[in-house]
Amino acid sequence: MIQHTRTPYLLSAPALGLFGLMVLFPFLLTLFLSFQRFDHQVGIVPGYTLDVYKHIVNDPFYWEVFGRTAWVSLTTTVLCVLIGAPEAYVLSRMRAPWRSFFLVVILSPLLISVVVRAFGWSLVLGPAGLLNSFLQGIGLERVRILYTPTAVVIALVHVMLPFMVIPVWTSLQKLDPQIENAALSLGATKFQVWRRVVLPQITPGLLSGALIVFALSASAFAIPGLVGGRRVKMVATLIYDEYLHELNWPLGAAIALILLVVNLLVMYVTQTLVEGRYARRMGS
Amino acid sequence: MNDSNSPTNPVNSTDYLSLQGLSKSYGKVLALSDFNLTVAQGEFISLLGPSGCGKTTTLQLLAGFIQPTAGDMLLNGQSITHLPPNARGLGIVFQSYALFPHMTVRENVSFGLEMRQIAMQERNERVKRILSLVQLDAYADRYPRDLSGGQRQRVALARAIVIEPPVLLLDEPLSNLDAKLREAMQFELRRIQRKLGTTTLMVTHDQAEALSISDRVVVMDSGRIQQIDAPHALYESSDSKFVSTFVGKTNFLAATVQAGALQLSSNVQVQTHAPMGLEGNKVTLSIRPEKLKFANTSDTPKLQVQIKERFFLGNLWLYRVDSELGELEVSCINDGTAPKHESSVEHLTWDDAHFKVMSAPEALK
Repeated sequence: MIQHTRTPYLLSAPALGLFGLMVLFPFLLTLFLSFQRFDHQVGIVPGYTLDVYKHIVNDPFYWEVFGRTAWVSLTTTVLCVLIGAPEAYVLSRMRAPWRSFFLVVILSPLLISVVVRAFGWSLVLGPAGLLNSFLQGIGLERVRILYTPTAVVIALVHVMLPFMVIPVWTSLQKLDPQIENAALSLGATKFQVWRRVVLPQITPGLLSGALIVFALSASAFAIPGLVGGRRVKMVATLIYDEYLHELNWPLGAAIALILLVVNLLVMYVTQTLVEGRYARRMGS
Repeated sequence: MNDSNSPTNPVNSTDYLSLQGLSKSYGKVLALSDFNLTVAQGEFISLLGPSGCGKTTTLQLLAGFIQPTAGDMLLNGQSITHLPPNARGLGIVFQSYALFPHMTVRENVSFGLEMRQIAMQERNERVKRILSLVQLDAYADRYPRDLSGGQRQRVALARAIVIEPPVLLLDEPLSNLDAKLREAMQFELRRIQRKLGTTTLMVTHDQAEALSISDRVVVMDSGRIQQIDAPHALYESSDSKFVSTFVGKTNFLAATVQAGALQLSSNVQVQTHAPMGLEGNKVTLSIRPEKLKFANTSDTPKLQVQIKERFFLGNLWLYRVDSELGELEVSCINDGTAPKHESSVEHLTWDDAHFKVMSAPEALK
């Protein structure tokens, strides 16, 4: 009997240990850090305070960075839905050899380091890059895209697309292939079939894809850092600056925690509002 | 056109639905070849055959999900061959039911009416009427996942018939149900079809299902029609080896045509309608197991047999017997008396008229 009750704990001990060591412990350290006093001459001094939080809330600069991060992430998410959902649908309609081929094509960005991909976009979008050479070639004016939020969104969409395609594709796989024929036979147009029959059934997939894309975009570091440059500051790059350039660790820690809380709130609210409704309809 | 669509109007009723020279090939593979069928209004037709015989292809062509390579389909005199599926207005019950999982029973049934932009009030009335016809009134607000297989099947049927289609297509509608429920649903299906008078085509591989509820059965094999007949006629007078074995069981016997009679062996002969001009040729005869009887003292014994095996089927006894003509199957009603013993020697008798001459004379293996 005793062995029976111990076994589950023993089996999950390595995972729990790893979680505690790699997630919980640093998280608690960050939490404590964010409440510590900081002096620009001396660094961290003993004692606890809410100063950094007050500083963040009262300084419009931080509001601007959080605001920019929010709309860049939101735009990325919307674009990923608009591109990823039809892409997944086309993919699910492909025949045997092509389907696996294009699935690999869609997943291929994940196989390349995000740094390499970011530099790739710099090459394409840069002042002497592919895009501007092309525009010049057809007699148009050059555009300044690199180091703007637009460039960040473009690069983020590219990186995040697999995280949208895969959940949508998975929910499309569960669809009865005859169900669209059934709707057609009842007199629905192709658009009505999509709108009334396919879309409601892949909504849970769309939603989880959107949540993943939003959360990853909001905390993305390499892409805003390399494609957005010093001028397009986002939350993750700001944290990096506070830690490594300003050496203001408590401020960096506080921003990181606010990002975490905001992200969790967005997820929780979306989950309860939208998925709750579909969970009731679709069953678990 | 609309008036003659309604089941009560008998205009043009003998060739309500007409399939002419319908063919479908995939590359070099011929899925359906020169399919001709005329269906009267209100008729219940079954397409029966083994898998890959082209019966499902025929249904999909009718539904408009695939396009024929050749041929024409006429509904009430109008060609529907080039209409898209959503303009044909046919009711279809799919093998997997293909219910919309995110909609309640009521919403599922109402979908086709919504697509036809029928006013809310009439829609509700028609849904209610159909749900009570299939005895699902109490389940209107449930989701398909909360229903049993038989209930889902009835939702699929209700969804297809609520739009009052000119033709109802059923794709193996009962194959996902267990045996007991399948039998109950067969009769239920026929009751509803009779009540509404909807012209119906059902695809099935189950010969009992096809025989029990159809007006006519179309037997198909390798993309071709083998025979079209009413169930009883099909069973009693099938003249091809394929149909005789696919529909029910049968015994095949080799015989030689001699002086207008059929010689089964040196001392067994059958007086039946011998084919003309085949004197001296070999032919194949068929006789159903239930047409062979164990001889009583009052009967003339015609063939001595030894019982090899016996199987109890509840209402029937099935015997496998050895004779000088080879192995035969004999089935008798279980009349409550003790069955014949295995390895006992018995005599068989029969009515010569029950022997059928198969159309291909050389084909006995």
